[in-house]
Amino acid sequence: MLDSKIPAGKLEEKWVDYKGHCKLVNPANKRKLEVIVVGTGLAGASAAASLGELGYQVKAFCFQDSPRRAHSIAAQGGINAAKNYQNDGDSVFRLFYDTIKGGDYRAREANVHRLAEVSVNIIDQCVAQGVPFAREYGGLLNNRSFGGTQVKRTFYAAGQTGQQLLIGAYQALERQVAIGNVKMYSRHEMLEIVKIDGKARGIIARNLVTGELERYFGHAVLLCTGGYGNVFYLSTNAMGSNVTAAWKAHRQGAYFSNPCFTQIHPTCIPVTGDHQSKLTLMSESLRNDGRIWVPKQKDDPRKANDIPEDERDYYLERRYPAFGNLVPRDVASRAAKERCDAGYGVGTTKQAVYLDFRFNLINKYGRTEANKLGIENPDEATLVRLGKEVVKEEYGNLFDMYEKITGENPYEVPMRIYPAVHYTMGGLWVDYELMTNVKGLYALGEANFSDHGANRLGASALMQGLADGYFVIPYTIGNYLADEIATKAIPTTHEAFEASEKEVAGRLERLMSIKGKQSVESFHKRLGKIMWEKCGMARNAKGLTEAIAEIQQLKKEFWSDVRIPGTINEMNPELDKAGRVADFIELGELMCLDALERNESCGGHFREESQTPDGEAERKDDEFMYVAAWEFKGESNWQLHKEELKYEVIKPSQRNYK
Amino acid sequence: MEHYTMNLTLKVWRQANKNVVGRFETYSVTDISSEMSFLEMFDVLNERLIQEGKEPIAFDHDCREGICGMCSMYIDGRPHGPWHGTTTCQLHMRAFKDGDTITVEPWRANAFPVLKDLIVDRTAFDRIIQSGGYVSVNTGVSVDGNAIPIEKEKADKAFAAAACIGCGACVAACKNSSALLFVSAKVSHLSLLPQGGPERKTRALAMVAQMDKEGFGSCTNTGACEAVCPKEISITNIARLNSEYLKAGLSADLSPTS
Repeated sequence: MLDSKIPAGKLEEKWVDYKGHCKLVNPANKRKLEVIVVGTGLAGASAAASLGELGYQVKAFCFQDSPRRAHSIAAQGGINAAKNYQNDGDSVFRLFYDTIKGGDYRAREANVHRLAEVSVNIIDQCVAQGVPFAREYGGLLNNRSFGGTQVKRTFYAAGQTGQQLLIGAYQALERQVAIGNVKMYSRHEMLEIVKIDGKARGIIARNLVTGELERYFGHAVLLCTGGYGNVFYLSTNAMGSNVTAAWKAHRQGAYFSNPCFTQIHPTCIPVTGDHQSKLTLMSESLRNDGRIWVPKQKDDPRKANDIPEDERDYYLERRYPAFGNLVPRDVASRAAKERCDAGYGVGTTKQAVYLDFRFNLINKYGRTEANKLGIENPDEATLVRLGKEVVKEEYGNLFDMYEKITGENPYEVPMRIYPAVHYTMGGLWVDYELMTNVKGLYALGEANFSDHGANRLGASALMQGLADGYFVIPYTIGNYLADEIATKAIPTTHEAFEASEKEVAGRLERLMSIKGKQSVESFHKRLGKIMWEKCGMARNAKGLTEAIAEIQQLKKEFWSDVRIPGTINEMNPELDKAGRVADFIELGELMCLDALERNESCGGHFREESQTPDGEAERKDDEFMYVAAWEFKGESNWQLHKEELKYEVIKPSQRNYK
Repeated sequence: MEHYTMNLTLKVWRQANKNVVGRFETYSVTDISSEMSFLEMFDVLNERLIQEGKEPIAFDHDCREGICGMCSMYIDGRPHGPWHGTTTCQLHMRAFKDGDTITVEPWRANAFPVLKDLIVDRTAFDRIIQSGGYVSVNTGVSVDGNAIPIEKEKADKAFAAAACIGCGACVAACKNSSALLFVSAKVSHLSLLPQGGPERKTRALAMVAQMDKEGFGSCTNTGACEAVCPKEISITNIARLNSEYLKAGLSADLSPTS
């Protein structure tokens, strides 16, 4: 039976009550307790730093050459917080409500309310660390708007918010490394969880420079290893982002929740050809000022700027007048797909729509600047020149990136964009304390499933990663470790470590001994194609059933024909990648199974069988108001457990952004 | 944008590990699209090497969108290649033309030893940050984020310095392998903000001391670092660091170790 351990009491008092009553560990005992943190993105770096500050002995691991490289760094647009600095009606309740609604009523109320509560502390913490957020001329913090909300609550640092927040957490982490409370292991990859008497007690990691396997003990293990979007091969994730740590935990008994809940982001640079290795996001913040449109006429041969205003279909503004271009990501992505499928797409592939800044560049920014300068009746060229300066300050790095990739100047012509895989709401099942169903094993940030339901709102991933690491785990881990103060550090010569290392070594040897014909990359591409076509933006029972069979076949082929050059005991990026792709293949099967089982549409999960007459996602609350938690039972064999979702404060309704 | 394909000759540094001597190897690649990124061109070459039963070329890369700072190729004598303000991963093949020969090396600096092929060890940068590149606040401060207004101009300058991605191109470009642009960006970022104020003197002294200890060279103001920085970090940050360092050094009650 799954126990989510949600505290009793009123929603807005649960977290306060929890903090007032959870067990504490005294400072002398903290020094005897060791905690392993895998991954150093926003969740991992903030957790490792905060636990180090408290006095725990922390070991932190990342596969990159430095903890500062984790993919949180690439987050662009911003971080939400219910500060209500804009006096526009924001509150903790409203952030909570928007997040639950945005997630299409598939997240836990208690977790999300806690997230909204601590959001305000995150901003204070980051400012104190020296994170250079955007400011207004009066010296106070600035905000922008994001999708799925009607207030301005997003804090930002140009188009590099993730970078600035991660550097803040990284600096806090390095400060603890200097003091000696955190020991950092970069270029290390976790390849197994070590369990002793049912509790997580350590990991086996591979030193990616020497290839050696190493054993590490911890009284508790935190997985802060991000999402699994790279199962689709093409995504906005970094090349190294992977599911391996979470998947090893899953195979060791941790339940995997809602794996089919994946986020397809509406505004990414379209695919150009088979050589493509990754996709690049254009921040949701651009939808503040960019208007999305396609020509009203199919296969319109004219250039974008030559198509007159009344021959453009601003389809989001047409379909969703209340939220317009700021509808949530799942809604915007499906709307783009609908237009392209209907034959109105633009560009050479016809798989793209326009994101156009000219209107706001001229009318919003250009005019404001002209007014400030006292220029009466400015001509269009003046407005464009003045507006450009402001747009450059807000989004300059994004516009530059677009130009580098496409060779087109987005100040002059509209961007071409198309949806791409971006984020995964699913992840390891955790309770209110962020512990998986394996004792002493935690999952934080994107690696867990808990806060975003079936669709995450923009600027909420950074919020969740930092909430989990700075403000949740420091309390909840104490509640567990308080009962572990008598447990002495277990030597890594223990038979459980011995057995786990042997298991990992055997798997690596098996991979190397295949000596087949096909590269790791080619398998990854084939998996991605299956997933995108059959478990992507639209899914149906037939396609999912086919996908499962195809993935099982691909798995067989992989384990009999993959070619990995080099050897085990050296730096070998192809071997690293092979292990990750092998895990993605297994995960892909589970995602399709989960998508097949959930015969409803909700958030990013769109089952063609379940839609309203006007093509919107149709939930089936009477059948599917639960969290799917999958237990690994053996190869291609899972058992489904259900955690019922109870809404005590919000009444679920069909989402409406019209 | 017109697209085209090209055939190229690559001279790439190969080195099995840090204990052996490396050498250049020559490869030819064909049918490379101008739409590809530079690293995608390497992907194509690596796939071919694997098919031929050879070892692919090891190189660092991760986000492939110019922000993580991991990619680090020295292309035709210039860190990150010919485009201004661009990381290797964002360099696209339309920067080259059919028939070109391209030379690719790792970062070269004593403080960045080669680990394999084009991959170097940059942990020295982490140790420089450990020496003082932070504000000493623990999690849980309760000062409101808007309690201290910060002049927009200063906040913008701090942001511009904080845009450093720690890739090390500045070191690779410098004839002395100086890390002063990296160090000065961090010192500037934090000293421009009131939150970084209390530690500004110790920070400047400690970070410079750690930089010297790691074996980076001295700055002789040639400006090569600024010219190749993919985030266009300005050398005015170095001027600011020098000023911070001098002021700190003139304070009698402070030395890096006290």
